[in-house]
Amino acid sequence: MTETTNAPISLEALHAGDRHEFTRLVDSHSPAIYRLALKMLGNPQDAEDVLQNTFLKALQHIGGFEGRSSLSTWLYRIAANEALMLMRRQRPEVSISDTVPDDEEPLEAPAQFADWCCLPEEELLSDEARAHLDQAIRHLPEKLRIVFLLRDIEGLSIQETSQALDLSETAVKTRLLRARLRLREILSTYYGKRLKVRSLEND
Amino acid sequence: MTEHDHTDCRDLLGSLSDYVDGSLGDQLCLEIERHMSECQNCRIVVDTLRKTISLYHQTAAPADVPAGVRERLFRTLNLEDYPG
Ligand SMILES: [Zn+2]
Repeated sequence: MTETTNAPISLEALHAGDRHEFTRLVDSHSPAIYRLALKMLGNPQDAEDVLQNTFLKALQHIGGFEGRSSLSTWLYRIAANEALMLMRRQRPEVSISDTVPDDEEPLEAPAQFADWCCLPEEELLSDEARAHLDQAIRHLPEKLRIVFLLRDIEGLSIQETSQALDLSETAVKTRLLRARLRLREILSTYYGKRLKVRSLEND
Repeated sequence: MTEHDHTDCRDLLGSLSDYVDGSLGDQLCLEIERHMSECQNCRIVVDTLRKTISLYHQTAAPADVPAGVRERLFRTLNLEDYPG
């Protein structure tokens, strides 16, 4: 077990019930799953629940996993379901058909036109700004949030995101665009203020 | 052709994700770029949209699972802690 650490995870070994291989799966994929859960739910206790349930389910169902998607997409799929289920338990008024916004509805037109791109990096990524970035994600309706997290934070392709969420690629693209536009509005309000403060300081 | 046409701004909104991801066809890219050369607001929207996505990419550095969380996960799964 010395040189196997970075070898690809063997689905055969997982199917054969190899505990060591499963351990490697857990260690290689738990950081990403934990991060997804943390950004989705916003609190460490819930994130830990999702992490545990994800790998418990993976252990239960690995026998039925045929490798049509990658292992990591499959794990994201389980984790996304677990996170959404947990959110629905906590806020039962949010139904599965969901409130916001229908994919057919017209896009909201941009309203913020501050050009904050030129702010220095240390300001764009200060501790305060990073906290604000995370907070902005949690302002997204959950069905936009999960698409944004998988695509833009976890780096899945449109196709992988659609596999993980059981959505058409068109729906993924629509939700991704809505999520990105909303985040741009929120960040523009925040950084637009920073921009004003700076211009006052420089006067 | 002199008047600024706001329906253009709305029309290109739907293509912006594909545009910033580089997955939009040449023809539509040209249309967007032509519009942006005449419309400051859309140029700002595209620039700040790109920046928004890139900031999130930069904050996505993989973080380790805290030791306590990993320990409880292993216990839940009945896994031994194999070295390395
Ligand atoms: Zn425009």
